[in-house]
Amino acid sequence: MLAQVATPEVPWSLLWPFLLMALGAVALVTITSLVTELRTRQFPSLFTIAMAVGGGASLPYIWGRIGEIPERRILVLDGAMSIDYFTIVAAAIILSAVVFAAIFLDDYLRREGLDGPEWYVLIMLSASGGLMMAAAEDLIVTFLGLEILSIAVYVLAALHLRRAESQEAGFKYFVLGALSSAFFLYGIALVYGATGSTRLSEIDAALFATNARGLVPAEDSSMILAGMALLLVGFGFKVSAAPFHLWTPDVYQGAPTPVVGFMASAVKVGGFAGLLRVFLAGFGRLGDDWRPVVGAMALLSIVIGSFLAIRQDNVKRMLAYSSISHAGFILIGLFAAGSRNAEVAQLGTRSVLFYLFAYTVMVVGSFGVVTLVGGRGDGKHDLSDYAGLAQRSPILAGFFLVLLFAQAGIPFTSGFLAKFGVIQAAVRDEAYVLAGVAMVAAVVGAYLYLRIIKTMFFSDGAHTVPVAAALDTNVEATPDGAVIAPDEQISLPPAAVAAILVAVAITLLWGFAPNIGGDILRDAAATFLR
Amino acid sequence: MLLNQYLLLAAALFCIGVYGVLTRKNGVMVLMSIELILNAVNINMVAFGVHNAEAGAASVGGAVFALFIIAVAAAEVGVGLAIVLLIYRNRRSINVADASLMKG
Repeated sequence: MLAQVATPEVPWSLLWPFLLMALGAVALVTITSLVTELRTRQFPSLFTIAMAVGGGASLPYIWGRIGEIPERRILVLDGAMSIDYFTIVAAAIILSAVVFAAIFLDDYLRREGLDGPEWYVLIMLSASGGLMMAAAEDLIVTFLGLEILSIAVYVLAALHLRRAESQEAGFKYFVLGALSSAFFLYGIALVYGATGSTRLSEIDAALFATNARGLVPAEDSSMILAGMALLLVGFGFKVSAAPFHLWTPDVYQGAPTPVVGFMASAVKVGGFAGLLRVFLAGFGRLGDDWRPVVGAMALLSIVIGSFLAIRQDNVKRMLAYSSISHAGFILIGLFAAGSRNAEVAQLGTRSVLFYLFAYTVMVVGSFGVVTLVGGRGDGKHDLSDYAGLAQRSPILAGFFLVLLFAQAGIPFTSGFLAKFGVIQAAVRDEAYVLAGVAMVAAVVGAYLYLRIIKTMFFSDGAHTVPVAAALDTNVEATPDGAVIAPDEQISLPPAAVAAILVAVAITLLWGFAPNIGGDILRDAAATFLR
Repeated sequence: MLLNQYLLLAAALFCIGVYGVLTRKNGVMVLMSIELILNAVNINMVAFGVHNAEAGAASVGGAVFALFIIAVAAAEVGVGLAIVLLIYRNRRSINVADASLMKG
């Protein structure tokens, strides 16, 4: 007779957002293959939005369930995942990024003639991986989440069939991503070897305990340090922090623009959520070892992101460098979050969460604008294509102005308070060098955004194209000799404009009233306090 | 055998794999090099799993993790080959050095 196998209990209601994303993706493939006329209408987009909103709607219920328990966390699936306030905040950010991505993709795909459900399926799968990373309490689950998150995005990056740049971006992202995953795995292997477990709580307990061989892993073995370093390489790649940022400009430039928006938001949030959980819950007591490295990565990212952006002429590349510098700022928050002082640690975690929220909204909005300006063929991303945008499309230029100001960290935007939060945390942690360099670099970084703004508002409005090109296509010459391209008019699909408007509104709202949802962030930031 | 020997083998495989990724020009060879690294990790995982079991840990995590890695590696290489194929269809070349449309 077979022995009874003990299976862990599965609390389905707590896993609702994960299930909706993962099974929703499978369901969408199935439905659209059975009912083929649904493939090219708005159905896939609406379905994706419904799944993400449905997942989001379950979050308050899960929040309530966590509140019933004194430890404020529910370990599910035999302790492999932890449903706590931190998970919920990260999930809310990722799910909203999915909604934005689905809205921008819908118009983009119709414009490019690439209609199909695959894009949405991959977005949902990738988001489910991000959610897993945020909740993972076991390094196996972190790794699986990372891979689910990444593999779907490799495909998305390469999915624009007619643009060679898109495939090149996909290939570069894939090779470097797979390499970084391999480093990540090697790191897990070393940590597992040193501590005898992949469970974060057990790793934490094993660090300073004498094991069966009479050794104390954190003191007698450098394996744990090597493991942590390799894990940091893997995470650093996913969140595009220097010196693992080299792929970012190329991939951001080549990949389809709405996908880049998703990459810069959901993928980064998933990466940072996993990074925070592993390093605070697993290696929290080794803070003295990893904090200097994280601080150095933060400085390097901010400086590289701010200074190298200056000589770029492609708006997508500029935003890529800006995302590297944002990653640096978030790492400063992580640096403070690793502090031994509980108050500073909570402030640090809180500043990271607020930064992730503010950054996600700004960056999806920005890439929404870039998607619309890119026009048919997704090719108009040079700075010169933005010349006189204020005359051609005042609404879009106005939206972009607010979002770029927010990314630069101008007061009365959420971006300012996000930067203020991480720098404040660093100052409270007495890391004055870090805070000082971050402030100076933020000023230098503002040059990049102001350059785009100047081009939009103060450059000549007449969008000139070379005469040879003008002869090829049916264009009319204006009286003063400048030639205007036929698709000069930027199409403004209502759904996409509304989505950008929402992003702008959130950016401004939190700029003026930063304390909305403050206790939610405070509770979430308390997750990793011991 | 000592644990050391397995770890050295894994480290050697890992280094060969990284060297391959960095120097090989052929896209498929790059994919194979990545597989090599993942298999180095598998050796590590299984060796550590046995080592931990000898020390009295009840966990079979190492061996189970190796199975997960095998599955993920298969998925990853599937996607990788598809992307290489896509590039070949457009460019008639799978030379990594040719992938240089974007610079800066």
